[in-house]
Amino acid sequence: MRKLLFESLFRRPFTELPPLPDDAAVTELAGAVGRAARRRLGRSLSIREIDAGSCNGCELEIHALNNAYYDVERFGLKFVASPRHADVLMVTGPVTRNMREALERTWHATPNPKWVVAVGDCGRDGGCFAGSYAVVGGVAGVIPVDLHIPGCPPTPTAMLRGLLALLERVDSNAVTP
Amino acid sequence: MPSLIDLMLEGRGVAHHGPWPRAVVDAPVWNFAMSELAHGRWSLLGLWGEPSAVHMAIIDGQTAGIAVVSLDCPDRVYPSVGLHHPPALRLERSIRDLFGLAAEDLPDPRPWLDHDQWGVRFPLGDRIDAPPKAAPYRFLAAEGHGMHQIAVGPVHAGIIEPGHFRFTASGETVVRLEQRLGYTHKGIEGLMSGASLERAATLAGRVSGDSTVAYAYAFSRAAEAALHLVVPDRAVWLRALMAELERLANHLGDIGAICNDASFSLMHAHCSVLRESVLRASHSAFGHRLLRDVIVPGGVTRDISEQGTEAIQTVLNNIRLRFPALIELYDNTASLQDRTVDTGILTPALARQYAAGGTIGRASGRSFDARRALAYPPYDSLRFEVPVLNEGDVNARVWIRVREVEQSLALIDQILSRLPQGPLGTHAAHRRETREGMAIVEGFRGDVLVWLRLRDGLIERCHLRDPSWFQWPLLEAVIENNIVADFPLCNKSFNCSYSGQDL
Repeated sequence: MRKLLFESLFRRPFTELPPLPDDAAVTELAGAVGRAARRRLGRSLSIREIDAGSCNGCELEIHALNNAYYDVERFGLKFVASPRHADVLMVTGPVTRNMREALERTWHATPNPKWVVAVGDCGRDGGCFAGSYAVVGGVAGVIPVDLHIPGCPPTPTAMLRGLLALLERVDSNAVTP
Repeated sequence: MPSLIDLMLEGRGVAHHGPWPRAVVDAPVWNFAMSELAHGRWSLLGLWGEPSAVHMAIIDGQTAGIAVVSLDCPDRVYPSVGLHHPPALRLERSIRDLFGLAAEDLPDPRPWLDHDQWGVRFPLGDRIDAPPKAAPYRFLAAEGHGMHQIAVGPVHAGIIEPGHFRFTASGETVVRLEQRLGYTHKGIEGLMSGASLERAATLAGRVSGDSTVAYAYAFSRAAEAALHLVVPDRAVWLRALMAELERLANHLGDIGAICNDASFSLMHAHCSVLRESVLRASHSAFGHRLLRDVIVPGGVTRDISEQGTEAIQTVLNNIRLRFPALIELYDNTASLQDRTVDTGILTPALARQYAAGGTIGRASGRSFDARRALAYPPYDSLRFEVPVLNEGDVNARVWIRVREVEQSLALIDQILSRLPQGPLGTHAAHRRETREGMAIVEGFRGDVLVWLRLRDGLIERCHLRDPSWFQWPLLEAVIENNIVADFPLCNKSFNCSYSGQDL
């Protein structure tokens, strides 16, 4: 173990330069983040991930955000275990009818101010599962959504761009009230 | 002892079902098959319904002979397989939920996928409108002094899929774990009915995101078996390349994640880097990190790019350089071994009874690997070993994954060096008549089974069976008498699919 840790001291870090925030996301977010929010949050967001019936593809890529290449924690973005600790809910999946109540209850358990990011094509409108007896079809049909990140699944870079846009928004509102 | 073939001769053979036979049998033959399963002479591969029939896929472990037996049930009842052979229990509860067919004397008649939220009952059979209601679910009882229950989920603490776990513990020790799944039920089999081959392949690739290659592969092979399509050599080999890349990425991720659940995050960090490197190489080779929508009936949609081959080679070399040090780290960290050795033991008898596939089965003495047992091309001409251990603990499941990583590296080398030239796909001729096909493909989690019936070029019925169906119930057995704190470790070492099971 010592050898591995020692090596890491001298090796160039894997972590890559951050991508630019997503322009489309910035537009979608206009007005979503208020001044009060900035005061309370600083430049950090705690994220609670909710799988509302996804195929697990989005979860794999959200996981990847935590690896050394993307390292989301350097931006103040942190995945937390409870909705009670969260500022942002990242929701995946077409929202199955069997998960609808759990999603609503998790949203209610999250303190204000809060934002909802719908991840993936099925989070937008149910994607290829739309029309099934078992899905609601889209996160916005159940709880208010502030930002959509499309893709099947979106790449970690795409998700990072979306989240950075959210963060920028939080930040800029504070500077120019 | 009668063979599977004798059984088939007892029934009425179904034309145009490939590559294995299917026969419609009467109740006595159905019951005979059931008793052979119960006595462990055959293993259950799958059990699925239609509006007025049930089908059961069986494998004879000795000969690797496979057959499907079907029973018409115009009265909406059939003799329960689960009554004598517990691995069928959840499948029969699902058949009831989806089709309204009842298994006679089913020991556990509670609904499984239906949580009373769909607005309909029996959505794939004779639909009945049923407004959503909050229906309590009766968990199995555990009696004794000082027991307490711990309810977990469906929203878990980590970034994982939803499901409910109900623990009954005595102090720190788990007395009973009961799972309640079905939260991610999307009605995929319902969406399949009437779908074109193209749309159905898209859906199949989204049954379980981590196995998108395995599902697209199995679905395509089933469709090709039904249509007698011959896939060009290059596509056959590219499919195997993608299947091995998927296995490699998932195993690397799992090895790290298991260690992480024992709070050993160093392994997790390093394994995540290796996993990411495989996903990036996959993206550069085939244009998608998870290799989604590349395998389709008839072949593959895109060729491997020049820089893709190089990217994969570079990644293989890097893994060969870095992985041994990580294995050594795992093997020599006593505090980590203390958590994994002798934890969550799955006995070989249970693994055999449930025909548990993948790393779970192979860590408990069951050597079945569809790539070897069924030797579908190109695996019939590739050299690889199937690692097997008998200990059945978390440690054994880690080691099977380590060995399979090494095997996948060797397989990818062989595939890249022998990749034949030629076209990437062939088109299916339009066929009006009814045709049926089945395929079994070894995914990283175990054997994925797909059965389908085509009529007039469209899917009439398609059933996709995830390996998790026969693994989830075993997790309940494995955790007994372990401490609550070891559950994440056991669960991760199983890494069953929620979405694949819930469908």
